[in-house]
Amino acid sequence: MSRHAGIDSGSWTTKAVVIDDSGTVLGAAVTRSGADLAVAAARAYDEALSIAGLVPDDISTVWSTGFGRHTVAFADGSRTELDCHGRGVAHYVPGPLVVVDIGGQDAKVIRLDAAGQRLAHRMNRKCAAGTGSFLDEIALRLGVDTAALDDLASGSDESLELSSFCTVFAGTELLTLIRAGKKPADLAMAAYRSLVKRVQAMDVFQGKLVATGGVVAYHPKVVELLQESMGSEVIIPPHPQEMGAFGAALAARDGASSVGLDGLAQQGASGRGGRDDP
Amino acid sequence: MNTERAAGAAARGNGRPAELRSTAVLRETMGAYYRSLGEEGEQRAPVAWCSSVGPAELLRALGFRVFYPENHAAMLGAARTANRYMPLAHAQGYSQDVCSYLTSDIGAFLAGETPLSTFGLTSVPRADVLVFNTNQCRDVREWFEWYGRRWTAPVIGVRSPRSIDQVTEDDVDGVAKQIEALVPMLEAVAGARLDGVRLSDAVGASRTCSDLWEACLETAAARPAPLTFFDGTIHMGPAVVLRGTENACAYYRTLLAELRARVQDGVGAVPGESLRLYWDGMPLWGRLRALATTFAEFRTTVVASTYCNSWIFSDLEAGDPMRSMARASLALFIARSEGPKEAYIERMADQYAVDGIIYHDCRTCPNNSNTRYALPQRLSQRLGIPFLVLDGDVNDLRCYSDEQGRTNIEGFVEQLTDARAARRQVVQG
Repeated sequence: MSRHAGIDSGSWTTKAVVIDDSGTVLGAAVTRSGADLAVAAARAYDEALSIAGLVPDDISTVWSTGFGRHTVAFADGSRTELDCHGRGVAHYVPGPLVVVDIGGQDAKVIRLDAAGQRLAHRMNRKCAAGTGSFLDEIALRLGVDTAALDDLASGSDESLELSSFCTVFAGTELLTLIRAGKKPADLAMAAYRSLVKRVQAMDVFQGKLVATGGVVAYHPKVVELLQESMGSEVIIPPHPQEMGAFGAALAARDGASSVGLDGLAQQGASGRGGRDDP
Repeated sequence: MNTERAAGAAARGNGRPAELRSTAVLRETMGAYYRSLGEEGEQRAPVAWCSSVGPAELLRALGFRVFYPENHAAMLGAARTANRYMPLAHAQGYSQDVCSYLTSDIGAFLAGETPLSTFGLTSVPRADVLVFNTNQCRDVREWFEWYGRRWTAPVIGVRSPRSIDQVTEDDVDGVAKQIEALVPMLEAVAGARLDGVRLSDAVGASRTCSDLWEACLETAAARPAPLTFFDGTIHMGPAVVLRGTENACAYYRTLLAELRARVQDGVGAVPGESLRLYWDGMPLWGRLRALATTFAEFRTTVVASTYCNSWIFSDLEAGDPMRSMARASLALFIARSEGPKEAYIERMADQYAVDGIIYHDCRTCPNNSNTRYALPQRLSQRLGIPFLVLDGDVNDLRCYSDEQGRTNIEGFVEQLTDARAARRQVVQG
């Protein structure tokens, strides 16, 4: 049996996952990305291997993903996080479906067909609203750790809105609400509501919805609000934060038959026809 | 593992699109034009500023040297200096949300700098008259008014209907009358009477230039395409600033010959072309080279675009100069409603056999952003062609994220490639 690994080099955290041929996760690790993405990738990989009780020579192929995918020197190939999140989710949940991935730097909506093929994607604009960075900013303003935001929001009993579509303006709006004597619990909940509204505006959500990403993993309130606003169940697959790395590991496993960028040359011309003469 | 990776990298493009030999002639042609704008002396011809799709032929016929500030602004964008200048215009009260061509050009003027210094000019040429056509946007008029106030120069132009379904004879009459009404004022500034033969000649030369430019662009229907959208944005220079002159026609004969030779020899602009895309919207001037390299690396050719095709004026007729100028300005993509725009992109997608469409949502140019009323979604649903929206701007690089852009493009290429492989698996069955 061969083993494969995936590295997701994200803006805030780097994730590593080791799998076997069946796609079973043997080890997974998450570490802060920091300023040296290559070091973070090596550290996450070492930790995942250690958990799996393996050494690098036991791994057949490693693929990378995430915004720092091209900095993972020991990777054999790379795919975008758009591909890897979709690929990872499709392993657990049959399509057609829509993946909502909410990470530290961006939010993504990925549409998959019944066969798990990607049909379309959307990413947030160059803006922190609707991402984990927005929650970090709000937590900072409220004087709590981001990890404590969800617990704090549990005590909410007044429905407040943050109407601004900009993280900086939302922070200012938050100060206005604080001055008005509003409770931190209600403000935390308002921040979650604002984030979900931003995501909701990215696409039309119909059918099966699957949520992934660090925000989903650590902020159950986001999932609750997504379900409430979409009016349907939101599926959370195993290891939502490591889904990109898991998808990259699957891409590594399927490398021989996968058709990535590196396979373009072998494919020849497009199937849509075309003219030979000007 | 590293050996496999190296093999994979080799299978990708090398990120170096092939350069056209005609580029040397292009530089000479454009250089001569820019230098002519800097000529001084008593006998110098007056200068008219003209919006990109303004009545240039009329200005040529009256002997004006014609300057196109949009071309100047694009130079600022391509040189990646625009962001240095825009804050100066913002401080004057021009919003960050209005045309970044306008704000970067006015800002550069206030800074006393211009890329035309390469051609011996110390500033943009001072206008004797500024002539706009609002068929593209109101911003060109606001832009010209700023200079008009500064120089006490007349600002005149055509106020066109916009979002047109079908171009009617009433529309043509209205615009033709407006163009005719410009003549007395322009004659006064030029110090010459309009010569009907010269006007017909200028319109005829513009039409020839347009036909040649169209033929150049149409060579990209061949597989592999001999030029890309990114090449087109550079090589369209003479069609923009020299239409109505024989110089522009001469250049496009040279370019067309090279492109046809490439087609004949099977030489593509992107080595190993695999995917073909259509680009709708403005270029991101400050990222032109970077994007050209990225697409080439992915063996993907952006074969056609709304932008480069916007300098095709097939309605121009030497025998009916005024009305045909009016008709050409009204028939343009940018002046049309959603229905004709959809039909146009559909025709282009078919003609160039594209695998996908990229829409640039240009932050400060709503009139050149066709993403805002769900056109991409409607078209994709009808044609079954996937699309990608890139958020960016024509000149303001603060509106574009390199990392997001790269991931979006790479992800789109992955999607198209995987879909093709899946189709082939089904066929092979």
